[in-house]
Amino acid sequence: MQKEEVIVVKQLYKSFGDKHILRGIDLTLHKGENLGIVGKSGTGKSVLAKCIVRLIEPDKGEINVLGTDVLACDDAELTGIRKKVGYLFQGGALYDSMSVRENLLFPVRRTQFVDKEQDSEELVENSLRSVGLLDAIDKMPGELSGGMKKRIALARALILKPEIILYDEPTTGLDAVTSGEISELIIKVKEEYGTASIIITHDMKCAKIATDNIQIMKEGVFVVEGTYDELSASTDKEIRDYFI
Amino acid sequence: MKKHILSRLSLKSIHVSEEIRHSYNGIFIDLGELVVFTINVIKQLFRPPYEYKELIKQGFILGNKSFGLVSVTGFIMGLVLTMQMNPVLADFGAQSLLPSAISVAMVRELGPVITGLICAGKMSSGIGAEIAAMRVTEQIDAMEVSGTNPLGFVVTTRVMAAMITVPVLVIFADAFSLFGAFLAVNIFEDTSFTLFMDRSFSMLGFRDLMPATIKTVFFGFFIGLIGCYKGYNAGIGTESVGKAANSAVVSASLTIFVIDLVFVLITNLL
Repeated sequence: MQKEEVIVVKQLYKSFGDKHILRGIDLTLHKGENLGIVGKSGTGKSVLAKCIVRLIEPDKGEINVLGTDVLACDDAELTGIRKKVGYLFQGGALYDSMSVRENLLFPVRRTQFVDKEQDSEELVENSLRSVGLLDAIDKMPGELSGGMKKRIALARALILKPEIILYDEPTTGLDAVTSGEISELIIKVKEEYGTASIIITHDMKCAKIATDNIQIMKEGVFVVEGTYDELSASTDKEIRDYFI
Repeated sequence: MKKHILSRLSLKSIHVSEEIRHSYNGIFIDLGELVVFTINVIKQLFRPPYEYKELIKQGFILGNKSFGLVSVTGFIMGLVLTMQMNPVLADFGAQSLLPSAISVAMVRELGPVITGLICAGKMSSGIGAEIAAMRVTEQIDAMEVSGTNPLGFVVTTRVMAAMITVPVLVIFADAFSLFGAFLAVNIFEDTSFTLFMDRSFSMLGFRDLMPATIKTVFFGFFIGLIGCYKGYNAGIGTESVGKAANSAVVSASLTIFVIDLVFVLITNLL
């Protein structure tokens, strides 16, 4: 039986001036799937993720998220879609002027996700517990390590109980042990919350642990798709280079 | 040889005119974007949710940070102005007019403009740098994807806070300048505080106070708006944080003078 499609991208193009970043991207993400997007820096991976939630307006193409045409919808519909899509930014993007608690409460209060204040506090605690950082609830982002910031940012992305999570370089800038922990956490989130995810990375260890399928991106297009085992066993030198 | 030099010259002149054309386009694009940004901010001012807590927080931060500097500057201005004017007025035997002259100069023009410039430097650069850093570290994007309008939470609160704090700071600057003037007057002769204040306010009327106060609200609006605009539209990389702050100060300072000129012209017409 065919799994439900949660993100469908068709022939997506994006240029910045003369620089053509995305050159006809086709992508399908199914419910409960962890799809890895692998490629060198500057190939357009993050641009693609930002186009999916319309942080960047693409030049041409179609993006359908949870049955809604993202490029044709109005502001209210877009806000509705964004609530269902969690986004983990490369640097965590925690709000510097707010404590961890306030960082997590921010989307809950703004979107009126729960009615009672007590429920939102409980939601924050549960979300922090799921990433193993309940102790850091009253700390400021400046007091946290890189790995902790990523975990807190993930807790914030999870707090609105999204159906899809976009991970933008979740292990970049972290040591091997912390990278491994984050990769395991991605799997745990998928199992606990039943989310579908797009994991943008050039960390092949992360791709091995956290993804079901991998798309390799080169110069704005996907060149090959497969599981980690299939791609790592490829005889094509260009593909094998990613696994060294 | 001559032809070669001429061709080089004409090539150079084309190059320069292209540069000028691009810079003019840049100014118009920037102005157009600023107008659109301003309209969106004004719309957002009347659209819920109203961020009272953030407004109070920003108001406190902006006011608190600038209060010391504004007070000291006002005090010194009053002191210096009195010391400079006293000998000149003494030559004409018009020393009794000194308190009124100082108060009219400070309340109508110097207090608002100098405080406006200090706030342009302190507030606009601070707001510009802060929002640019939020843009660079993707905090603005994070707000957008979590279903929050950053224009409402980040921009309108800061613009409103500046609109409220700048007039209050101007009142403090005026008060401290009069106190400075009182101390300076007492260097030359013994004058009671009551008499000095009585003379200071004797020539100040509604026509002096109202335009001066109204223009400081506009100063605050543009100081906040320009800081927010420069920060919100910062480029990528940490370099753009510095650029946004610097550009905010320059633009806000220039805007203060333009608004002042417009208000003086309007006041003179009325």
